Amino acid sequence: MRPVAVVGIGKTRFGVFPDRDLLSLAVEAGEKCLNDANVRPSQVEAFFLGNFAGPAFVGQNHLAPYVSTALGIVGAPATRIEAACASGGSAFFHAWAGIASGVYDLVLVVGVEKMTNQPTARVTEILASAGDCSGEMRAGSTFPSLFAMIARRHMYQYGTTREHLASVAVKNHANGALNPDAHMRKVITLEQALAGKPVAEPLTLYDCSLISDGAAAVLLAPAERAADLGARPVRVLGVAQASDYLALDQKQDITTFPAVRRAAEKAYAMAGVGPKEIQFAELHDCFTIAEIVAMEDLGFVPRGEGGPCSAAGFTARTGGKPVNPSGGLKAKGHPVGATGVAQICDLAAQIRGEAGAMQLERHALGLAQNLGGSGATCVVSILGEI
Amino acid sequence: MTGTVYTETVVHSAPEAFAAEAPYQVAIVELDSGGRITARILGERVRIGDRVETAGEPGTTVFFKRIA
Repeated sequence: MRPVAVVGIGKTRFGVFPDRDLLSLAVEAGEKCLNDANVRPSQVEAFFLGNFAGPAFVGQNHLAPYVSTALGIVGAPATRIEAACASGGSAFFHAWAGIASGVYDLVLVVGVEKMTNQPTARVTEILASAGDCSGEMRAGSTFPSLFAMIARRHMYQYGTTREHLASVAVKNHANGALNPDAHMRKVITLEQALAGKPVAEPLTLYDCSLISDGAAAVLLAPAERAADLGARPVRVLGVAQASDYLALDQKQDITTFPAVRRAAEKAYAMAGVGPKEIQFAELHDCFTIAEIVAMEDLGFVPRGEGGPCSAAGFTARTGGKPVNPSGGLKAKGHPVGATGVAQICDLAAQIRGEAGAMQLERHALGLAQNLGGSGATCVVSILGEI
Repeated sequence: MTGTVYTETVVHSAPEAFAAEAPYQVAIVELDSGGRITARILGERVRIGDRVETAGEPGTTVFFKRIA
């Protein structure tokens, strides 16, 4: 396998943009990325689009060439990857595999979702289709309800509390306030988070990520070619994708995600590092409990300690292991298909030292974890200085 | 069928199809016959560890209720 580098990044702001359509968001991110790398569209050899539910949200199918040709990439293979909320991470993984294996030299990945043109009940229904429609969804489950049931069980087995969950929201909102591109730049208090409107008990509005519009893009190249391209390159040290059962009721223990553990094990082995060496991380906090479980599954903290460690400030910007310095899905926003790609952009910006007000002191080695559904897909990526 | 509540939640923000019924309780039930099933809870709210039995009319949604 050839070593691979991220040679360009580009993102739109995340938020509610009534006057922007899916295509304009995707094109903005893609163009910013190509400009960052100083690469022309005609040089791109393959295109992967991370998108969860474009057909349901905006009524457009065959999205990959729809976006790639608008970017001026005509003729190259253009493929859409759908893996629920891990669509972006999975697109990144497949682009990496194409370069590592020697099939391509320059691959553009764009992740995009346009969600806010639909009413919340319809968005809830579309998101729920990432679960098992023949079982859990017929019982009236929603995505928040699946993670609420994970939270209840985590509380039962490990003594995790509402305050522990709320501490994740408070921390990610504080981080998001430093991110000029975040959907929500509002600092919240623990009291506010605890008093939020219930969505699925014990989760309140403040435990849930946002419904956002947005896009993100990264350009990948073999590490040996990276120096010839425009931007300061960042090395992909390890990346892996893993899968697990779709329905929560098929899993032995819902307080842990086997797909996260499997992907992490492979990515750590490929990078030759362990969880202790990772200096910062962008984790998939679709719900506050998801960040706590991810911390445990990635080996950042022992099983059951995610809640207390979060409440104690371990994952704050100034803590031992900063998690979601971008604000995470909670505050940065969660345009589903864009999320996994945006995580890579955020890691690369930190590693380059270009994260502005979000810049961390220790930023040489970062990890991104992108989760699909209630854990049926996970992509773990480890990026570092070249 | 009878079983034990493995986990549960009360859904306040429901998808379109179930919006009129919210708030309602959903649980994963560990069946005595083996395996787990995601079901709606009728009547009294249940907690982890509570004993439940099937209830209501058989249909696309599986219903359970607390064993008194």
